[in-house]
Amino acid sequence: MKVRVHVSLKNGVLDPQGRAIHHALEGMGFAGINDVRAGRLIELDVADTVTDAALDDMCRKLLANQVIENYRIEKA
Amino acid sequence: MGFTAAVITFPGSNCDRDMAVAVETITGGTVHRVWHGDAALPDGLDFIALPGGFSYGDYLRSGAMAARSPIMQAVIEQAARGVAVLGVCNGFQVLTEAGLLPGALLRNAGQRFVCREVALTVGTSQSLFTSGYFKDQCITVPVAHHDGNYFADEATLDRLEAEDRVAFRYAEPVNGSQRQIAGVLNTAGNVLGMMPHPERMIEPAQGGSDGRVLFESVLRAVGVTA
Repeated sequence: MKVRVHVSLKNGVLDPQGRAIHHALEGMGFAGINDVRAGRLIELDVADTVTDAALDDMCRKLLANQVIENYRIEKA
Repeated sequence: MGFTAAVITFPGSNCDRDMAVAVETITGGTVHRVWHGDAALPDGLDFIALPGGFSYGDYLRSGAMAARSPIMQAVIEQAARGVAVLGVCNGFQVLTEAGLLPGALLRNAGQRFVCREVALTVGTSQSLFTSGYFKDQCITVPVAHHDGNYFADEATLDRLEAEDRVAFRYAEPVNGSQRQIAGVLNTAGNVLGMMPHPERMIEPAQGGSDGRVLFESVLRAVGVTA
């Protein structure tokens, strides 16, 4: 089973990487960009026996830091 | 029995030897070098140090993988028993990732790696790590980090200040840290995480000895003579 974990910074957490991407895009002449936030995509290939609860546990204990990040689990 | 300390080495630690030398030189005690994969710490520890470096190549998040290594369970247990635990730089990141300290260390606001001496002000002298300083004392200690931008929500920051748990602040903007925080204590006051490197400032040959006081404070608090 393929699982995608989308990790994104919470609102209000400074994202210097997103800001740099924003500046670069504007420097290239792209207009109308209000904001850029950079996140992380983690793809897992797991046995079908792995439960949703276990996936959630993985996210909470390692894949995302809930002090600064949100996560979303997407099963293919 | 003399002062007994452990310095943990993770894959990618690079300030572990500096830390061990500083602790040994200042305390005159025994310093055990402990590998991250070990399950247990030596008995009778007075002090545990998590050194700087780039554990696991900073993969995922700085300190994230190291915080889940086998030895950290033992460190968490010792911290709960009141043993003094110091995390410097990557060690601070590990302590936040392990949940021993609040907040998180984000990429520096200026995007650049900052490697220079910085002026700090001592936030409190009421801790076993900072009793040798006086409050608001200005000291100079080097930093060398890319992810030192301290972040916590407003309520946590207010609580840290109300409970006198901000050990050090930057005297000038360095990395975008909330409220210029450079080092914080846990609730019990026996765990300190800080981005600046006191172990690199222990004798005049290193440009100053402002960091030495921190280790002397720990030694005094533990109550064993060097």
